[in-house]
Amino acid sequence: MKKFMVGILGGAALSLGATAASAATLDDVKAKGFVQCGVHTGLAGFAAPDDAGDWTGFDVDMCRAVAAAVFGDADAVQYTPTNATERFTALQSGEIDLLARNTTWTLTRDTTLGLTFAGVNYYDGQGFMINQTKLPDINSAMQLSGAAICVQSGTTTELNLADYFAANNMEYNPVVFQGFDETNAAYEAGRCDAYTTDASGLYALRLTLANPDEHVVLPEIISKEPLGPAVRQGDDQWFNIVKWTLYAMIQAEELGITSENLEEMMTSESPEIRRVLGLEDESTIGQGLGLENDWVQAIVREVGNYGEVFDRNIGSGSPLAIARGLNALWTDGGLQYAMPIR
Amino acid sequence: MASQMSVRAEEPAQVSWVNDPKTRGIVVQVVVAVALIGFIYWIIGNTAENLRRANIASGFGFLSGRAGFDLSQSMIPYSSNSTFLRAITVGLLNTMLVAITGIITATIVGFLIGLGRLSRNWLIGRICTVYVEVFRNIPPLLVIFFWYVGVLAVLPGPRQSVDLPFGGMINNRGFYMPRIIAEPGFWLVPAAFALAVVALIGIVVWARRRQMATGQTFPTVRVGLALLIGLPVIAFLITGSPATIEYPEMAGFSLQGGWVVRPEFLSLYLALSLYTASFIAEIARAGVLGVAKGQSEASYSLGISPRRTLRLVVVPQALRIIIPPLTSQYLNLTKNSSLAIAVGYADLVAIGQTTMNQTGQAIEVVAIWIVVYLGLSLLTSAFMNWYNAKMALVER
Amino acid sequence: MQEHDLSYVRMEMVNAQNAPEREKGVTRWLRKNLFATPMDGVLTLIGLLIVAYALPNIIRWAFIDAAWVGPDRSVCSTQSQGGIQPDGWSGACWAFVNAKFSQFMYGRYPVFERWRVNLTAVMFVALLVPLLIPRVPFKAINAIVFFGVFPVVAYFLLVGGSFGLSTVQTSLWGGLLVTMVLSFVAISVSLPFGILLALGRRSKLPVIKMICVVFIETIRGVPLISVLFMASVMLPLFMPAGTTFDRFLRAVIGLSIFASAYMAEVVRGGLQAIPKGQYEGASSLGLGYWQSMGLIVLPQALKLVIPGIVNTFIGLFKDTSLVYIVGMFDLLAIVRQNFSDSNWASPQTPKSGLIFAGLVFWAFCFAMSRYSIYMERRLDTGHKN
Repeated sequence: MKKFMVGILGGAALSLGATAASAATLDDVKAKGFVQCGVHTGLAGFAAPDDAGDWTGFDVDMCRAVAAAVFGDADAVQYTPTNATERFTALQSGEIDLLARNTTWTLTRDTTLGLTFAGVNYYDGQGFMINQTKLPDINSAMQLSGAAICVQSGTTTELNLADYFAANNMEYNPVVFQGFDETNAAYEAGRCDAYTTDASGLYALRLTLANPDEHVVLPEIISKEPLGPAVRQGDDQWFNIVKWTLYAMIQAEELGITSENLEEMMTSESPEIRRVLGLEDESTIGQGLGLENDWVQAIVREVGNYGEVFDRNIGSGSPLAIARGLNALWTDGGLQYAMPIR
Repeated sequence: MASQMSVRAEEPAQVSWVNDPKTRGIVVQVVVAVALIGFIYWIIGNTAENLRRANIASGFGFLSGRAGFDLSQSMIPYSSNSTFLRAITVGLLNTMLVAITGIITATIVGFLIGLGRLSRNWLIGRICTVYVEVFRNIPPLLVIFFWYVGVLAVLPGPRQSVDLPFGGMINNRGFYMPRIIAEPGFWLVPAAFALAVVALIGIVVWARRRQMATGQTFPTVRVGLALLIGLPVIAFLITGSPATIEYPEMAGFSLQGGWVVRPEFLSLYLALSLYTASFIAEIARAGVLGVAKGQSEASYSLGISPRRTLRLVVVPQALRIIIPPLTSQYLNLTKNSSLAIAVGYADLVAIGQTTMNQTGQAIEVVAIWIVVYLGLSLLTSAFMNWYNAKMALVER
Repeated sequence: MQEHDLSYVRMEMVNAQNAPEREKGVTRWLRKNLFATPMDGVLTLIGLLIVAYALPNIIRWAFIDAAWVGPDRSVCSTQSQGGIQPDGWSGACWAFVNAKFSQFMYGRYPVFERWRVNLTAVMFVALLVPLLIPRVPFKAINAIVFFGVFPVVAYFLLVGGSFGLSTVQTSLWGGLLVTMVLSFVAISVSLPFGILLALGRRSKLPVIKMICVVFIETIRGVPLISVLFMASVMLPLFMPAGTTFDRFLRAVIGLSIFASAYMAEVVRGGLQAIPKGQYEGASSLGLGYWQSMGLIVLPQALKLVIPGIVNTFIGLFKDTSLVYIVGMFDLLAIVRQNFSDSNWASPQTPKSGLIFAGLVFWAFCFAMSRYSIYMERRLDTGHKN
């Protein structure tokens, strides 16, 4: 019976998970039929399951766009909710193919964690949120000296916070939690005066509080937090696919191609639009990536362009209502700039 | 049959080496050892390869690097400019703080509850039984959360702090108490206390000898208390009260000054104490029940008073039964203090995990955990074994 | 005897008298059990005060004032908090538990596939109950089915991917389902491994003994959290590049390793309690090591330590709540995760949710501990004098 049990467990182990990922992520992904995407455990607007259990959000749409590029079907994604601690391990070990979990691109992460950032899908910065009804006099982060501040550990946020207060000769009392939910709960319960994380996270969090109107985000942004999708080092093909998926979304917005006018655009005479959509006779825009030539079409049709995704999840069309700001196209004074698709 | 037996008896060395238990034992051991060493070698090889591929540094060099994060509670000076080593030391001290205070409280509460269950008082017995059955069957993590959520939800914000006697205050940022600030000359007070302790030990030894020799008893407890309290108070008054008391006051966001216990510590400490107390209660009860009834009856028949019977006859024998399981409860409490991570108390595991995140050096951090916790376990075991040996039955 | 001059000898029997008033009925019970000594009286009064203060408050909070049903947080918050309850109201928010009940049970397991979980649960109960009742026959077959066949069936039912069932990823599992599966697997794995480790620790072969001692003492000396971290963060590092483990499997491995070490010590206690004559008797019958262990020693030893094994199970069941630290959503974790649902955020929600989770854990652990006491009594007969 003992042996029997061991045998069963061994079998379960093999079929449950112990799969060997080879260097060619694209082949693996195609073989299993879906993209395994690491997302946040639940950050409104970026990645959160809705009531039916389907994941939606800005980061989720990044995963969906990659799936659309590879399979022509944005639903060919499986999600792995990850917390701040395990996100890198999950990617390193091959548990996930792509990490789209508002992760800040830093030098040490690029060099010591075995991962590569494929681009920036959201330019963010760290801010503070306070409860205005409890602290009516506070309107600047410089007034926070002596405050108790809730922060999630293991993040760049925690380090920026220490640097900011040290640089401004202010004191504070850190209230540190490992998990996102615990940190939120402590802030909501009044354990801290202020909450700090990326500004986007603050807006998302504010929505989930019982009385969102009581809380305000202070104007100071104390750090640069370029958030982007990351892949494992050492697989340039997969890296290119993710990178160019992001660029394709931005490019589509630049060219005015949306999921709604895609059919119209297919008949466009503009050589650039025809090239990007893979409509040229001898088109090769998918070949080098190992994809079909209509991969940009698939992304736009299934997910939409960058602007649509932004508005739908976190922008004007969503409860978060975050302004485009730095994330506007470069043509509108923002930083989103796609390398040319040609 | 008989002839076979006699043949065997004549040739005892005829056993094939395959069936010789000694040879088989050696072969089995060699095989297992080789397999284990091979397995470890394989793991080390894989790990080295993985680390190299992922470009993760290895070694303990990171410990001298700048930590960069702040901590909410520290018993030694610490800032974000301190090293990782110092951060981990802070964590270790915090772990020990909550473990030691928790062990003391759990022991007191546990023994009270355990004896309460044995009490002839029906109501007290019922209350204690309910306590034990509730706490023993709930995960400690849930108890911690309950205290944390309960404490935070009930307590008011810093601006509506509740006043407590003696200038203490409580709000959802912590439990504030006045702090004694020493001035020059104050050192005499602790010195007097130390003197009282030394004197007390002397008195105990002398009183025991005298009792052995003459049978006369000495009121050690009363004299001891008088010494312990009296001497420091006298020293304090003689030196002209060289201390001021700092009261917590509202300033800025919260109360400033005084001595503060944070809710994170409080909830962890309360949860661990009350959870472990339910187990200690059962151990204490079993210990007392384990002493044969004849022992106390014999003691009564010798004319020894019930209180003395408890102290001199029942408790020493019960302790022999109690100490081994009590030790493992103490170890459990120490290990359970790692649940601090759930409420954000900066213990060894929480700080270790932050370090792990900031440096990516998981193996080194886990190694530190193992060494430290094993060390703490061994220390506790060693102390309790010493105490156990002291209490053990001395057979003449 | 006759020499004694007895001036008075009573010649008639004394009639039976009623017991004194204070020595019978309620008075006697009160005096004996509540007010035997002045100290006892004081204690009783304190106890009464505690009960008189706590009980009505608890009952009012949990039953009378509780919000049982409702669509969202408004039923659980006062008017000043934006709800419908009068200010100053305080009651349990069972409506929250009610609304989230299926999540607490299944996690994010797809709604249309939940019959698979239910079917597994029914099979589990149907197999477990006869196994637990001593009078029911066919124990051996039952045990083989329970520990051998059932896990396979349950695996294919829950995970799916064959027999026309769709695959349900373990990341979707949650709630009581995860708690139960984790504890069942860890318990079933830890028992055989624990026995092997215990035998190893009592082995006469020094190398084997040393390996087992080091393993057992190391695992028992560190907190479960660090073992779970090891399983979740370090296991991928130990394996050849590219090998990945399902997160669920990693938690199972961590829990099983941890439980095995504790189980080993329990079993060792049983082995030590077996008289030396039994070992010698087995040897003198010509039985080899495994035969004498399997046929003579272990059956007796395991029977002796059934209560200890059940206690280890209880501990393990409670410890599964720690897996949230490695990103799994067991019952406690999923209850807590739902606190941050803005639809239900109210001051009463966390307390109510935690009490619900506590009740579920309590019910399981209490049942197990009662069963262990029952078995202890049953097995005790004839062993001690």
